[in-house]
Formats: sequence, structure tokens, C-alpha cells
Amino acid sequence: MTETTQSSGLAAPSAIGEWIGGMRRSAEFIVIPLFALIVSASLFSLFLLALGKSPQTFFELLWRGGFGTEFSWQNTLVRTAPLILTALCVAIPARLGLVIIGGEGALVLSGFTAAVVALPLLSWAPPFVVMPVMLLTAAITGALWIGAVGALRHYRGINETIASLLMFYIAVSILNFFVEGVLRDPSDPNKPSTAPIGPANMVGEIPGLHVHWGLAFGVVIAIVLGIVMSRTTFGFAARVTGGNVRAARAQGLPVGTLMVSATMIAGACAGVAGYFEVAAILGKANGSLIAGYGFTGILVSFLARHNPIAIVPVAVLFGGLAAAGGLIQRRMGLPDATVQVLQGLIFVVLLVSETLYGRFRLFDPEARG
Amino acid sequence: MNDALSTVLLAVFAGAIRVSTPFLFVSLGECLTEKSGRINLGLEGILVFGAMTGYAISYHSGSPWIGVLAAGCAGSLFGAFHGWVCKLPRVNDVAIGIAMMLFGTGLAFFFGKPYIQPTAPRLPALELGFWSDVPQVREALKINPLFFAGLAVAVVLWWAFRNTRWGLIVRMTGDSSATARAMGYSVDLVRFLATTAGGFLAGVGGAFLSLYYPGSWTEGLSSGQGLMAVALVIFARWNPLACFAAAVLFGGAGAIGPALQSVGISQGYHFFNAAPYILTLLIMILSISPKRSLRGAPAELSLMK
Repeated sequence: MTETTQSSGLAAPSAIGEWIGGMRRSAEFIVIPLFALIVSASLFSLFLLALGKSPQTFFELLWRGGFGTEFSWQNTLVRTAPLILTALCVAIPARLGLVIIGGEGALVLSGFTAAVVALPLLSWAPPFVVMPVMLLTAAITGALWIGAVGALRHYRGINETIASLLMFYIAVSILNFFVEGVLRDPSDPNKPSTAPIGPANMVGEIPGLHVHWGLAFGVVIAIVLGIVMSRTTFGFAARVTGGNVRAARAQGLPVGTLMVSATMIAGACAGVAGYFEVAAILGKANGSLIAGYGFTGILVSFLARHNPIAIVPVAVLFGGLAAAGGLIQRRMGLPDATVQVLQGLIFVVLLVSETLYGRFRLFDPEARG
Repeated sequence: MNDALSTVLLAVFAGAIRVSTPFLFVSLGECLTEKSGRINLGLEGILVFGAMTGYAISYHSGSPWIGVLAAGCAGSLFGAFHGWVCKLPRVNDVAIGIAMMLFGTGLAFFFGKPYIQPTAPRLPALELGFWSDVPQVREALKINPLFFAGLAVAVVLWWAFRNTRWGLIVRMTGDSSATARAMGYSVDLVRFLATTAGGFLAGVGGAFLSLYYPGSWTEGLSSGQGLMAVALVIFARWNPLACFAAAVLFGGAGAIGPALQSVGISQGYHFFNAAPYILTLLIMILSISPKRSLRGAPAELSLMK
């Protein structure tokens, strides 16, 4: 009896009211990042003006090089695939409150192990054996590499941000050691590389798109992980842990298992990205694997607010930025670090804009009018 | 054989002093910032930006010391921005540090492009080996004055933390912001100043990289030294004098690879290159425990929670 009187005392939200409230709340997560993007673009325009360059030309070239033609779309989408996967490497642990920035290391090392595991198979195994073995090796390498970061965090209390970055430098050293040493292909006079995996074992294109299958893998993995994080017990437990570790422990959640498994999933994503870089683009492992996808992925994940599905469109945006980089550089006579400056600026503005959440009544469903 | 061994040991000794200086400056800057209860991962970006600024200003002004000063000022600007941004609600100091790291290196690469070719005047070395006839010894004892400046800063910081009013305020802010507020000090202001000063030191460390060793501006100049400083401060238990010892240890670890290469052992060169990173990771694994907080650790530090 008392319960009924109490609940009727509060204004019972109608279904429609609740829906509008939900919309207003999620609008905040779209409007504020969008606002951050606009502010960064404006600041970057001022930067260009100060250097005597035209911002209008910059953004026109950005559009043309990234999204203007069919060819630029292909370039963009080829760069989107690894960005989706490396962003997932940041997003999944971020749900548990872990900031992992060493996805680049997992990508590099996984690409390397994928190329190496193929070597003894090349002479006798058909592609349908070589390809899955390579993919699996890359995923496992990535899972162990970033999983180790999660384990160190849980069992030894080591900051995951620093540990994962240190491991990036270690991964690069491992690659260089083997590629310039025992595993160097002597028939390649140019860049120190492993022996090529051969055209038969290379990943083909998605029919009609001229973009390799990595994109499809990336999108599917993002959607699957999006569902896992929002609809399953695992995702729920991860969110609780990210919200409050002590509460999660008090509830009896296996925090350690969650941390290690989330970081392993994350590492496997970056590992798959490494596999596609080797098997669809480079055809062998060499220093070109260190292309900065892992670091841009951090930004993509933050901009998507660590939501696996939102990562896909944001990754397309940054894929376009990367694809247009060369054109902008040539036409405007700007250094190749220009895109990096813009990315850094977006990242800083985006994080500063975090302070705006909850400040506007517009997005607050409880505030009337 | 004995000759080769002494050559290697001498080279490691010389390398330890040479390579340690940037570690020393960045870790002292990080130590000061962390003592106030905040962490600045952006010091890596500041180090690279400081290296570029120092080189460019030295090239234009003709004086490397003006370059060092300019690098410090650029570093303190970055630090000040970090200090200001982190006081806003909901802004995470670790994430902002990563963003500033990417932004700082991006800007340094952008403005540094024209300075990859030209030669700027370098910092002079003090010839402390004048008494010896052995050229290797003389070479090893060519020590940069910034090394001694760093040592002096370490001693002053160590003394100031223990004995001065300012040192006490910084430590108190790092251990309990509530207490600091109750005593009437502005927590934000103390942390802002500590981050700015920390940025200055990191900038000077960067100038050492481009103006003394390796002594030119290239994009691969720093490779994570600013981040290793964070681990180094943990290892040194937030004690500036221990920071000095840790920096020399790191410098020595980084010098093993080149030293072995100088006597013709190039096998495993890349693994010796990785030595400082592996060492950092091992030190963290051995010195950190989830069960108890470390002695000397500022209680407000988000990194240790």
C-alpha cells in the first residue's frame, strides 16, 4: 500500500516522456563530440591562416582526397579497416576503465608473426590452409601481447597505459631484430623484409569495392563486439567494473578474469589488423607495419566514446583524413606531419570538451522546458 | 680481449652520463608534477617539442644557451596548458597527457621539417679528462654542463621538498587536497605551477637531445624517453636524488648496445636497444604491488589508484 502511494507521489514518466528523455540524453553524446570536431577545425583553420595557407583549400583537398571520388573512397576504406580494429583495441578495455595505448605494438608484432608462420608452409600448403593459420597466429599473438598488459595491471597493479606503450617499443625492436637479421629475405635489395607470402596467399578484394576483406572483418567484429558489450552478461559486468571496481568486487564479479579477457579480445582485434596489413597490403613483414594506425585508433575510440558500433563511422572519417594526407601535402606544400597536428588538436579539444557533459539543461531529461 | 672489455666499460660509463641527462631532467619534472598530485604523460611530447625548439632557436640565434632557455619556455607553456586543462571537471589527466603527447610531437615534426638539414651551434662540453693521456678516457670525460645542472636541480629539489615551506605545500597538495584547501592554499594553483615547472625541466631535457647528444634534430629523437621517466619516478620513489641514480642506470642500459657495436659486436643490437624499455617494465613489475601503496607515493596520484 505504502509503495503505491510513494510511487504515485513522483511524476510517473510516461513511455513517450521516457523516450524523449533518452533521446535528449543520447543527443548529448553526439552533439558534444561534433562540437569538439567543429572547434578543432576552426582552431586548425586559424593555425593555417597564421602560416599564410588557405583553410578553404585544406578542407576542399581533404574532401577531394578522402571522399570526393570513387578512387579516394577506396583509399579511405583501405585505411578504415585497421583503424576500426585498433580502435576496438582501445574501446573494449576502456569499458573496464583501462587506457591501453599500445595497440600499435600488437599490430606490428602480430603482422610479423603472421608472416613468419607462413614461411614453412609456403612450399607445400594450399592458401586455404595458410590463410587461416596466419590469421589465427596474428589474433593469438595480439591477444597474448595486450592480455599480458591486462594481467600485469590486475595481478601486479602496473599502470596499463605505460606498460602497453613500453611494450610497443619492445615489439618494434623484436620486428627489427628478426627482419634485419636471421629472417631477412636476401633477395630483397630494398627494405629489410621477411620473405613474401606469395600472391596466392594474399587476401583478395570485396567484390565491387576494390577494398580488401579486412574492412568486412572490421565491421563485423565491431558489430559483434557492440552487441557483446551492450547485450551480454560479460558486457554488463565489464561496465560495472569500469564504473566502480570496488562495487564490482563486492558483487563478486571476477574482476581479474574480466580484465584479462577484455584485454585479450582487444589485442586479438589489433592482431587481426596486423594480419590484414601483411596479407592484404604489404605481402611481407617489414618496417612499413609501423604506420601509426594504433595511435590514430586511440583517437577514433575516444571520439566514438568507446562505443564499438560508433567506431565504424568515426574510423571512416579518420581513414579519409589519412587518405587525403598525401594530396594536401603535395598541393599545399605542407609537411607530412600536418595531419598529425590536426589529429592531436582534435584529441586535445575532444578531451577538454568532456567537461561540458551534464552542463546543459537542453540534454537533461529531468529539467523541464 | 681485456682491451675490448675496458673499451666497452668506458663506453658504457661515458654513455651513462651522456644518455642519462634527458632522463634526469624529464624525471625531475615528472617528480615535481607528481608530488603535487597530478601526472603529466605529455612530457614525452614536451621533450620532442623542446628538442625542436632548442635546435631551431640555437640555429637562428647562434647561441645554444638561448636555445636551451627557449626549449624550457616552450615546455612550460605546454605544462601550463596541461595544468590549466586538468583543473576542469571531468577532464582526465592521463588521457590529456596522451593527447598532448600526440599533439606536441605533431607540432614538433611540423615546425621541425626545415631544421633536419641545417647545423645549429651545439652545447660545449667540459673537458674533464685533460689529466689523462688515453684518448678514450678524455673522450669519456667530456661531460656536458647540463648534466651538472641536472644534478644541482636534483639536490635542490630534494632539499626543498624536505626543508622549505614551498616543498611542504607541494607535498601536502599531493597527499591530500582537502588538507591543502583547509590550510587556505589553492590546490589548482599549486598543481598548475608544479606542472608548468615540470614542463620547463622536460623542455630543457629535450634541448639536450638536439643540442648535445645525439646532437641534431631528427624525428626519431626521443622514442619514449619521456614516458620512461614516469616509470623512473616510480622506481625512484618520488625522491629527486634517487631520480638521479635511476637516470644514470637507464643511461647505462641504453649505452650497452652502441658500446658493444663499437667493438664489433653487432649481434642483438636491436635487443640492446630495447634494453631500457625491458628494464623499465621489469622495474615496474618488481617494485609495484597492488596490495600496498608505495612509500613516498603522493596519495592523490591517479596513476597509483
